Amino acid sequence: MTGALGIEAVAMTKRFGDFVALDDVTIRVRPGSFHALLGENGAGKSTLVKCIMGYYRPEEGQVIVGDREREIANPRQAHGLGIGMVYQHFTLVPNMTVAENLVLAQPDLPAVIDWRKERPRLEAFLAQMPFKVPLDRVASSLAAGEKQKVEILKQLYLDRRFLILDEPTSVLTPAEADEVLGLLQRMTRAGRLTILMITHKFREVMAFADEVSVLRRGKLVGGGLVTELDTDRMAAMMVGEAALPQPKSRNEQPAGAVRLRIDSISALDDGGQPAVRGLSLEVRAGEILGIAGVSGNGQRELVEVLAGQRPATGGKILVDGQPFHARRDQIRRHRIALLPEEPLRNACAPNLTVAENMGLRRFDIAPYARGPWLKPSAFREAATGLISRYRVKTPSPLAPIKALSGGNIQRAVLARELGEPPSLLIVANPVFGLDFQAVAEIHNQIIEARNLGAAVLLISEDLDELFELADRIAVMFAGRIVHETAVAGTRPTEIGRHMAGHGEDAHEAA
Amino acid sequence: MTRSDGWAATIDAVAIPVLAIVVALVLFGAFVAIYGVDPFAAYGLMFEGAFGSAFSWQNSLLRSAPLILTALCTALPARAGLVVIGAEGALALGGLAAAAVGHALDGANGMVTVTVMAVAAAVIGGAWVALAGALRYWRGVNETIASLLLVYIAIALFNHLVEGPLRDPASLNKPSTPPIADDAMIGAIPGFDVHWGLVTGVLLCLAFWVLIERTTIGFAIRLIGDNQKAARLAGLRLGGYVLVVCALGGAAAGLAGLYEVAAVHGQANASLLVGYGFTGILVSFLARHNPLAIIPVAILIGGIGASGGLLQRRLDLPDAAVLVLQGILFVTILASETMYGRIRWRLPSLVAARRPA
Repeated sequence: MTGALGIEAVAMTKRFGDFVALDDVTIRVRPGSFHALLGENGAGKSTLVKCIMGYYRPEEGQVIVGDREREIANPRQAHGLGIGMVYQHFTLVPNMTVAENLVLAQPDLPAVIDWRKERPRLEAFLAQMPFKVPLDRVASSLAAGEKQKVEILKQLYLDRRFLILDEPTSVLTPAEADEVLGLLQRMTRAGRLTILMITHKFREVMAFADEVSVLRRGKLVGGGLVTELDTDRMAAMMVGEAALPQPKSRNEQPAGAVRLRIDSISALDDGGQPAVRGLSLEVRAGEILGIAGVSGNGQRELVEVLAGQRPATGGKILVDGQPFHARRDQIRRHRIALLPEEPLRNACAPNLTVAENMGLRRFDIAPYARGPWLKPSAFREAATGLISRYRVKTPSPLAPIKALSGGNIQRAVLARELGEPPSLLIVANPVFGLDFQAVAEIHNQIIEARNLGAAVLLISEDLDELFELADRIAVMFAGRIVHETAVAGTRPTEIGRHMAGHGEDAHEAA
Repeated sequence: MTRSDGWAATIDAVAIPVLAIVVALVLFGAFVAIYGVDPFAAYGLMFEGAFGSAFSWQNSLLRSAPLILTALCTALPARAGLVVIGAEGALALGGLAAAAVGHALDGANGMVTVTVMAVAAAVIGGAWVALAGALRYWRGVNETIASLLLVYIAIALFNHLVEGPLRDPASLNKPSTPPIADDAMIGAIPGFDVHWGLVTGVLLCLAFWVLIERTTIGFAIRLIGDNQKAARLAGLRLGGYVLVVCALGGAAAGLAGLYEVAAVHGQANASLLVGYGFTGILVSFLARHNPLAIIPVAILIGGIGASGGLLQRRLDLPDAAVLVLQGILFVTILASETMYGRIRWRLPSLVAARRPA
């Protein structure tokens, strides 16, 4: 295979109706470089890479691959040129194993797959990769972090020479992220691969990227060699004049009564294997309990049990001292709000309107309904209010919610869940793939809920987030809480050790 | 963007079924050409037989009445995300129940008898299809397979009872239940040859549309149909709704059986089982499970059925020719399901519906 590929996008302009998503943007990605593409939500990053990949046809501009101008009319042609993309949303076939997913991705798949040949090839390939994935696990049973690894491996397995990554590390632990990006960086240094990475994390840009381009509102507003830039300069380019919201200060308040008590709860994963094994915890009013853990240790299943989306196989959940089964009346009485990860999949009806999705919690009570009759005008009015309060960018309250971008879907769900102050708030990976502005806003909302006396259970794979927000941190490993401590006076390395399952010796310290 | 979004959906909803019908007609034209018949002569005759005169209109409407009712049996569960194809069974048992009750109440007041027959038909039909829903919800049995197999059981039960315990000894060549009394028969709409089943069907379509679009129960049903996880998050208990949509749909199909007995045949026999339940599936899919769209679609399909006789008499085509058209239609309709959303992808002005992230 020949080496890394360089790509130039020259004077790209892309319009959607009246909206100019890309305005005369030119970027040059040198062969063998690690190029970061920075920008806020809606800045045009995804549009730019989709033009390069052939999903969109730009109104103006050319793509130069290597040293020749190429017409890329569809993703297949991009693949043919050696350009691949890892998406924010997963593209694995859920019911197939990892090995099958990797083999399936090949464009010239033979009619009959000779597994005796493919298997050693796969294993040899995996052997030179710095991280492992279980080849025989079914993709749907993998946690988000593991799925993302498989997505990247899939592209590497296809020998792509130019790889576009859309927020590739949003679901990885810092250590995993460093590992993956380090691998990719070594491959660029070796001249095998060129990387164009969409990201919001300055740390990753500073540590791994060679060059950076910054987009704002469809325009290229700056860029250059990373060594010649610093974080403040990049942030200023990205945000422009608009300032980030001030971080909310946390009230110093003693934790109140126990709101949520989980008593040795157990649950199975999609494959029928135990995922949550007799987990117990307590969250008090006015505190944030953070659950740390590498993805795939039962966090997803735990959240689904709390959401009523997965039956518990044992144990019980008490809210305000009363048994809780995620029934409508209980949710309403105890004022429970829940923000699961991947909200479009877990918390929205994609084809229903934004207004209907926002009314999903309270559709059968006033003002949304009178007796058995829905009041569409009430849905519309309530949604219009929430849309402006939470600055959800949507063409109309009556657009299907799946037409919104990821960040705006997240905002819409946030608006629904926090529009009325909750008394118990359960949050899982709330800022998956969001930009600074949105992250800061959501973090502020969570702190505000805590300050108002809500009990908050925050499940996150991002340690920085937990240390920023939580009052206490509990570590989840293999379906149990293995460590619990106050945040004050705790070092991330200690949490990290427990996350890796090596914390038994440190138990007394808890 | 709102406009282009709405336009895309509207264009999809109208253009795709029309396109599917056109493709089916072309394929059917090729089929009749094999018999040496001019396809355009066939199309012309079909239109004449379906909608060419007052008589053919009435014939078409008569056939559309049971189709509207059986289509609801697929359409309603479909809104909750279930694919139910068991209308034929509900029709058979509903009709049988109506005939049995009608005979048992022989001599009672006509209105009372008709009412009791209607209740029996609706309850039996509803319970039969709800069985598929219950199997789905509590045992995880695929509702499509279950409802289809329940059709075979229902037909076997129907045949057993009609040829055995419930058989009228006077029915020699064609085993039938005893005829119901004349005053328990449902007559035609005054001034028409079409019976009240058509009115019932239209009213039920309106009622179900209101139920789905304008009530809290309908909201829950749509929520469940679109994303079960979101429905669970909202604290809905799915089982009740699954049973309700199946039971309501089955009740509608059961009423189709009632009208076939009490308005057409006067007794239950094999004439009930001419496939209205299966054609109803076609109608529901063609109408994209929208109760209001079911009405015109059922009339169209009823018209195709009505034109069969004319094709046979004038063009010497086999009497099953229109069934061939129905079969082709079903295939093209199902195939066209994959086209939704894709056409929007090709129209540049409509891509605006997707905002860049």
